[in-house]
Amino acid sequence: MEKKIDKTIDKSIDKTGVRIGMWLFLYTEIILFGGLFVLYAAYFHKFPDLFAQGGKELNRVLGTVNTAVLLISSFTVAASITALQRGKKGQTISLLLFSIFCGAVFLVNKYFEWSAKFHHDIFPNSATLQDGPDGLNIFFGLYYVITGLHGLHVIIGMLLLTITLVLVIKERVHKDRFQLLENSGLYWHLVDLIWIFVFPLFYLVL
Amino acid sequence: MNATESFYNTPSPPGLKGIWAWLLTHDHKRIGIMYLWSVGFWFCVALCCGLLMRIELMWVGKTIMGPEIYNSLFTLHGVIMVFLFVIPAVPSIFGNFFLPIQIGADDVFFPRLNLLSWYLFMLGGLLAIVSLFLGEGFPDTGWTFYVPFSLTTDKNVVLTVTAAFILGMSSMLTGLNFITTVHRMRTKDMGWMQMPLFTWSLYATSWVQILATPVLSITLLMVIFERVFAIGLFDPGKGGDPILYQHLFWMYSHPAVYIMILPAMGVISEIIPVFSRKAVFGYKGIVISSMGIAVAGSLVWAHHMYTSGMSDVAIFVFSLLTFLVAIPTAVKVFSWIATMYKGAIEMTPPLYLALIFIYLFCIGGLTGLILGAAGTDIHLHDTHFVVSHFHFAMFGGTGFAFFAALHYWWPKMFGIMYDFKKAYIGATLAAVGFIFHYIPMFILGMQGMPRRYYDYLPKFERGNFLAGLGGFLMVIGILLMFYNLLISFRKKKGAPQDPWGGTTLEWSVPSPPPLHNFVEEPQVKEYPYDFSEVIARAQEAQEAQDAQEAQDSEEEDGEKDR
Ligand code: HEM
Ligand SMILES: [Cu+2]
Repeated sequence: MEKKIDKTIDKSIDKTGVRIGMWLFLYTEIILFGGLFVLYAAYFHKFPDLFAQGGKELNRVLGTVNTAVLLISSFTVAASITALQRGKKGQTISLLLFSIFCGAVFLVNKYFEWSAKFHHDIFPNSATLQDGPDGLNIFFGLYYVITGLHGLHVIIGMLLLTITLVLVIKERVHKDRFQLLENSGLYWHLVDLIWIFVFPLFYLVL
Repeated sequence: MNATESFYNTPSPPGLKGIWAWLLTHDHKRIGIMYLWSVGFWFCVALCCGLLMRIELMWVGKTIMGPEIYNSLFTLHGVIMVFLFVIPAVPSIFGNFFLPIQIGADDVFFPRLNLLSWYLFMLGGLLAIVSLFLGEGFPDTGWTFYVPFSLTTDKNVVLTVTAAFILGMSSMLTGLNFITTVHRMRTKDMGWMQMPLFTWSLYATSWVQILATPVLSITLLMVIFERVFAIGLFDPGKGGDPILYQHLFWMYSHPAVYIMILPAMGVISEIIPVFSRKAVFGYKGIVISSMGIAVAGSLVWAHHMYTSGMSDVAIFVFSLLTFLVAIPTAVKVFSWIATMYKGAIEMTPPLYLALIFIYLFCIGGLTGLILGAAGTDIHLHDTHFVVSHFHFAMFGGTGFAFFAALHYWWPKMFGIMYDFKKAYIGATLAAVGFIFHYIPMFILGMQGMPRRYYDYLPKFERGNFLAGLGGFLMVIGILLMFYNLLISFRKKKGAPQDPWGGTTLEWSVPSPPPLHNFVEEPQVKEYPYDFSEVIARAQEAQEAQDAQEAQDSEEEDGEKDR
């Protein structure tokens, strides 16, 4: 009688179901950014030249480095899942550590990028932007909102990976119970995917 | 005996005694009940706000409050009614409670997430209340938070917007949970076309929630960004465009009206066949139209913006699309009517409320077409006509479907029966009051009385006074209905397992259901609305009764003879 009470505990896990749930969630995240992309499209239509001019002021090298960093970390996360499924705990841990490190590199780069911009008096509501042409103000406004929100997702992704890492070490996540790692991995791919859209929109505008 | 003990009484694991057995529960039924009390509370708060506004409007000039309080009140009323009542009411209460049972499952797929949704819901509500007392006072923007006013007002907008954001998150998680549950937890014998219609409607709603709510989230986030950093994304002085705000806002908020109405329609599709003892007419039609509404409804948002300055082409396209949504809606109404046609109708409070729903919702829907046509909307935009239209659709629609659902499932949820007579009187008062309340507002709107004004020209006084009287009548009716349900706890008139002759799975389990929902394997019917057994059972009972009566009268005759 007593053991029937917590229904969730020893039900065997329905992996497909967990995956469906996660995919649906990722879907909502994409639509969240979708709203911002709609704004971008509308304002790009209104100020194509100024958007191009704004894009030239962004640091393409840093942007490219960050793209590479994210792509690599995406790969290592995927590799860590395979490693875990093969039961190689040590490998999983080092791959995860490396991925989290990549996330940190991304944020540090972003920090340098943003502070350089702040230095040139380019930030929301700054005098340069306020007195400059409208299109530039909007371009940088969107830049800060979108990359800022993306940065927040990087932080959340890193948190998720860290939690997973701890649980892998404690063997609560292992060969037969890897859903958490898989889902954190999916989340990390999402962060990567969104960046793949953000990068050309801002750094590579014609 | 233990097997049929209800989920209220089953012992909790150690450490989860008393109130914690509720606050930390993963049981979908308990979570549904927790939503019931919290949503009910918010409804009463917002009802009071509505009544206060109505009193203010009964006479020209200042009656009981100044314009500032009026502005805050209609914002509070709108925010609560929309985000804390009509959106969550049916899916969160009845969906949580009955969706798993209707598909023969033990629980929803993510029980912990389900509990988290409830906490997010409570947190959102709490923030809305807190924002009343912090800063410069409750926002006065209306529930739409339109820029530029929402960016320039000195009231406490940020906190309220955050509340709405959190509430959106809660509703999204519920949707995600339901979709996964329907896909993964249906008993093996139940195919898609054997699912009850209420479950179908929740499934369609969940998709709309997942598709639309993130757009609201981002819009609300942007209001916060703009207020904190003054970026200028919506400020024409800085190159932004306020119309874009409206587009984003309505891209969520129009689909949101389907989040409100689809589950309500699901309830009605459940009630009508049961009390007509007849298979629902066009089961597939209802299913397809639910999905159709979910899709088409996502494409019509800009009909709220005819007067905002869009291109003529856009106005034409959105007007056309708006008319198209009427088709799947009409399919549903016709199939309800066709179900009742030549049915063996048994009048009960749930059916009575469902009929009121159909009547009021049709008025709401048809006046929606008047607003959907650009030509007439230009005249009626932001007048009391609009206020009346959306109250007919949302309150006459979802509100009354909510009352109907309460009366339909009450015996199942609590195992007790309420008094029919009081329920009929309450429902009648509410419906009559409703009509007296809102019909004058159509006329006032056509005469030009604007919306969101605390005062008006003397020529509008008579209409507003009558509307106020109707409002009182309606509120009395609603309170009577609630009172009747609440005192049923005192009277404790036990309800049988299947008081109405329902055929969906929730009626095959004891009332209230046991902890694990099913005492024995659920028996899935070939077709969910097959009443042949119910009718046969009733006929047998009838024949037995007839035989008994015949015997009685024979005996009587015999006595006379002697
Ligand atoms: C399911 C029930 C209801 C829903 C969903 C609902 C929803 C709304 C919404 C969204 C608004 C617009 C607020 C705004 O403009 O920002 C509103 C306004 C209003 N509602 Fe309700 N409401 C409901 C019930 C009631 C009741 C019961 C009353 C009166 C007893 C009422 C009276 C009013 C009044 C007077 C206004 C303001 C009209 C104006 O000045 O523009 N509502 N309602
Ligand atoms: Cu609409």
